[in-house]
Amino acid sequence: MNSSQTWHEIIQATLKANGVKLAVYVPDRVFTPLIKSLHADKDFITFACAREEEALGIVTGAWMGGMRGAVLMQTSGFGTIPNALASLVVPSQIPALIFVSERGTLGEFNLGQAMVCKTMRPVLDSLAVENHTITRLDELGFIVDRSIKQAVATQAPVTFILSPLLTGGKVFAA
Amino acid sequence: MAATAHNAKIMNRFELTKRLTSQLKRDEAVIGGIGNANFDLWASGQRPQNFYMLGSMGLAIPIALGVAIAQPKRHVVALEGDGSLLMQLGCLSTVAVVAPKNLTVVVWDNGIYQITGGQPTASASTADLVAIARGSGIANANWAADEGEFDRLFAEALKGGPSLVAARIDDKPGVATTDRDPVRIRAAFMAGLGVKR
Repeated sequence: MNSSQTWHEIIQATLKANGVKLAVYVPDRVFTPLIKSLHADKDFITFACAREEEALGIVTGAWMGGMRGAVLMQTSGFGTIPNALASLVVPSQIPALIFVSERGTLGEFNLGQAMVCKTMRPVLDSLAVENHTITRLDELGFIVDRSIKQAVATQAPVTFILSPLLTGGKVFAA
Repeated sequence: MAATAHNAKIMNRFELTKRLTSQLKRDEAVIGGIGNANFDLWASGQRPQNFYMLGSMGLAIPIALGVAIAQPKRHVVALEGDGSLLMQLGCLSTVAVVAPKNLTVVVWDNGIYQITGGQPTASASTADLVAIARGSGIANANWAADEGEFDRLFAEALKGGPSLVAARIDDKPGVATTDRDPVRIRAAFMAGLGVKR
């Protein structure tokens, strides 16, 4: 891993190194550079869908068809997926790779984002879904690489919560 | 004119499911949506390439899309009810954008949330699911006027996609109940698709 790489370059390279071919997202400002470079990379099938639980359905189908997939969403999108996690991904043992751009903390300006952020880790913990909050660039590649391997080996989803400490987050314009 | 004022015959889901599966000669994958769609798929014969979705109402089409992307040489069919489709209409626009040639959506429209007590869905009065599919970008979306036309539309659908075939159906319940074992269902489906994890 090149130490001069950005967070999104590290994620893209790590997905590729682990044979992940599919990236489905609901757009997010912080993820924009990753989304752009995934679209530009012919090794990935990348597209937006209308809702986050739809993305989980798509990667579930892809996994069953033999293709590894990741979903990208922001914190508020996570609030729409507990049913898909609890009734599909977890009981069916699908190694969905879930990347969440964290809002609602470290300078959040929208109360709604702050509240939904508080629900995220309790939901993941109550379902025993492995989750990592990533704050440091030097740990990012290790955490993502090892966690993808664990997800596949143990047939279980994993969630990567990308802190504003890593990405810069979204800042209040005023 | 009400948007649903098409004159399609009211048919039976189990009978149509049997007609549908009888056309599957190339190990096509079939994703049965929650409830009666997958109960009747189960009852029609447990093909190794069938997936029975036990929860996650509304996600049969996204799951089918994922399978279609992963296995572009295999045709994939999603069986979905009207209530489930209304819960996740955005997925139709995603299917249209991705435009997989190997995906067909079949909609069973009985105009009710059958399992929860028969409450009317919007398709019973004002929503036309084929018009919604076309408006979402799936140009090849059609109501089947009767069983013969259903057979013909589905045969055409298997030649290329994306496509959507909708059938008005009666309020008869599913004729059997799926085994509720998600791990076994998933593992059997993957084996049926020739996938090792």
